[in-house]
Amino acid sequence: MTDFQHQAIRLTSMQRPETWLESLRTKAADDWLAQPWPTRKTEHWKYTPLQNLQKTILHAWGREEVPLLDTLLENNLAPLNAYRLIFIDGVFDPFNSSKLPAEVVQFSKANEDQQAVVLKYLGTIIEGERHLFATLSNAWLDDGVLIHVPRNQKLDKPVYIVNVSTAAPVTTNQRVLIVLEENSSAEIVEHYFSADPVQQGFVNSLTEIHIGDNASLQHYRLNLEEEQAQHIGAVHVDLQRNARLRGFAIALGASLMRIDYQLNHRGQGGELDLQGVYVPRNNQLVDYHTNICHWVPHCRSNEAFRGIVGDSAQAIFNGRIYIHQHAQKTLAELSNKNLLTSSKAEVNTKPELEIYADDVRCAHGATVSQLNTNARYYLQSRGLSRSEAEVMLSFGFINELLEQIAQPVVHDYLQPRLAALFGRDNSLNEASSLLGDSNG
Amino acid sequence: MLRITDLFARVEEKEILKGLNLTVKPGEVHAIMGPNGAGKSTLGNVLSGREGYEVTGGKVEFNGKDLFDLEIEERAREGLFLAFQYPVEIPGVSNMEFLKAAVDAKRKHKGDSELSAVEFMKVAREASKRVSLDQAFLKRGVNEGFSGGEKKRNEIMQMMLLEPSLCILDETDSGLDIDALQVVANGVNAMRSPERSFIVVTHYQRLLDYIVPDYVHVLANGKIVKTGDKSLALELEEKGYAWLEDEAV
Ligand SMILES: Nc1ncnc2c1ncn2[C@@H]1O[C@H](COP(=O)(O)OP(=O)(O)OP(=O)(O)O)[C@@H](O)[C@H]1O
Ligand SMILES: [Mg+2]
Repeated sequence: MTDFQHQAIRLTSMQRPETWLESLRTKAADDWLAQPWPTRKTEHWKYTPLQNLQKTILHAWGREEVPLLDTLLENNLAPLNAYRLIFIDGVFDPFNSSKLPAEVVQFSKANEDQQAVVLKYLGTIIEGERHLFATLSNAWLDDGVLIHVPRNQKLDKPVYIVNVSTAAPVTTNQRVLIVLEENSSAEIVEHYFSADPVQQGFVNSLTEIHIGDNASLQHYRLNLEEEQAQHIGAVHVDLQRNARLRGFAIALGASLMRIDYQLNHRGQGGELDLQGVYVPRNNQLVDYHTNICHWVPHCRSNEAFRGIVGDSAQAIFNGRIYIHQHAQKTLAELSNKNLLTSSKAEVNTKPELEIYADDVRCAHGATVSQLNTNARYYLQSRGLSRSEAEVMLSFGFINELLEQIAQPVVHDYLQPRLAALFGRDNSLNEASSLLGDSNG
Repeated sequence: MLRITDLFARVEEKEILKGLNLTVKPGEVHAIMGPNGAGKSTLGNVLSGREGYEVTGGKVEFNGKDLFDLEIEERAREGLFLAFQYPVEIPGVSNMEFLKAAVDAKRKHKGDSELSAVEFMKVAREASKRVSLDQAFLKRGVNEGFSGGEKKRNEIMQMMLLEPSLCILDETDSGLDIDALQVVANGVNAMRSPERSFIVVTHYQRLLDYIVPDYVHVLANGKIVKTGDKSLALELEEKGYAWLEDEAV
């Protein structure tokens, strides 16, 4: 047990938790203290050291009074026509958030029925072991966001949850629970960004998603924080019969950026697509651990992550696919491609395939690729310099995944921001719109 | 414009060009015909500077410069353009971003300023219209999912935008329907000028009805084995290449 673990629990005394969540909190606090602290020898933390996090002093939660960040929000938010919830250092900002529909509520404002939904589903998707920080999220649980879409309902607008970190040295526990009942659907965007390049806080986030029979969800998780940020987060998903998930994840680098995806096919006919992009630079680190489990037959999963790692940055990708012996007729694909743009950059990518059923189709690959020399030659043969061609191809490498983002506003928001990292502006798209997109 | 003297080149240890001579003067159109595997595309690749093509002898002078002193992109900026037999698909790289970068590179080389985004889009849309490509193709990935004919039109559109002084068209007519052939030929003819030269590699005499060449060459076994005027193309159509290949060996 470490000081950090103790400190973390001490912090809970400064919270004003809901009594109906108390038993979950107490149990989690015990679990958290009982678990061994990860070291370099711990399989799932091998390449992501926690020393710096351990040195971080956890002494406060976000201030009750949220600072005024109007222009900052204006400049950083995607212009989504959405139900918007804004949190500054984990504290809800009612002024900049929109009026919420009945389906979306904070735990602290939940009525009895909604509390019952939370108690029924919260913390049920995984056991601790692999997810130490999910345990911490439970121990710190004083509030959260519930999105509960009843049977046969479609949320008429996306839900846009924005989490801003300021320079304050505070701790944030961000919790989201999404429950889609049978045959319902929703679109949810979670967006993290920094208000200041100076980041002294720590964000621990957990999103749990239950997709009921025939229900369907589009889920985006954008980690666009500054490079000093420390963020450990997870997305846990259960898919029931014929459930459908389209997920997209993106992370710029940070001092510590570790995101775990745990996805369970629990009903036949489920389909999931998960794509991700990461682009750590300088001394940043990004670590994605994904675990897709096929527990039942006739499900499909398709996962593709691509990363460009530059300067002295480091990327870790661990993609596990587990196929239970009963999960016949599984179709599972996983691909992870990395591009190193500097000799000091580092990638550790590891696919883990565990197949216990015999009638499955499964493909996986993890590569550290070079740029396509034919493509580079083609660009150079039109007058682009070698380095120009390489930068253009690098962006193209991740843009292939960006192009597949289904939500157009999210696509149009992300693409120019990523392109800017590769020295491109958005002027051609703007000119094209200006001149009219019709073929007149 | 272009003077190729006794050019030898190899690919993967295999000698492909074996003493090729060809001189192209400003304003001329040269057609190159010849059997599969003769080395026609190899010639284009060697001239444009593709990696893996090793020049083992001879020299090439392009607009007064030693071509082999120039990098791939310098050759392009100096006015050499190769329309590829098999244009490369580059998913994720938008066609218009690519085209603008190419046009700007050329302009900077000439000492002109870069085009504004709006200026460029106007020019690009005009060019896409001239090759009958819907402007939606500007937004797609470079050649990504383009049909064979669409790729060839994209090549011609690039040629129009870059206004090269020497255009090498490697089987640009292959795989084109009759209308597209017309589009390509009109594009080339509109660009013909006393300062601009063309080398047109083709297997079909039909193209030469539209783009009338000054010379027709037969490339076989790595060199030019026969040169004539446009009537040579008709003769080849009738007799094939066997009678010439025998001569070449
Ligand atoms: N990259 C390469 N690696 C190996 N062999 C090559 C390569 N490029 C060309 N060759 C060989 O060189 C020879 C000439 O090829 P080239 O493509 O120049 O022929 P071509 O005259 O253009 O034929 P076609 O009419 O079929 O297009 C062929 O035997 C071909 O297989
Ligand atoms: Mg050829």
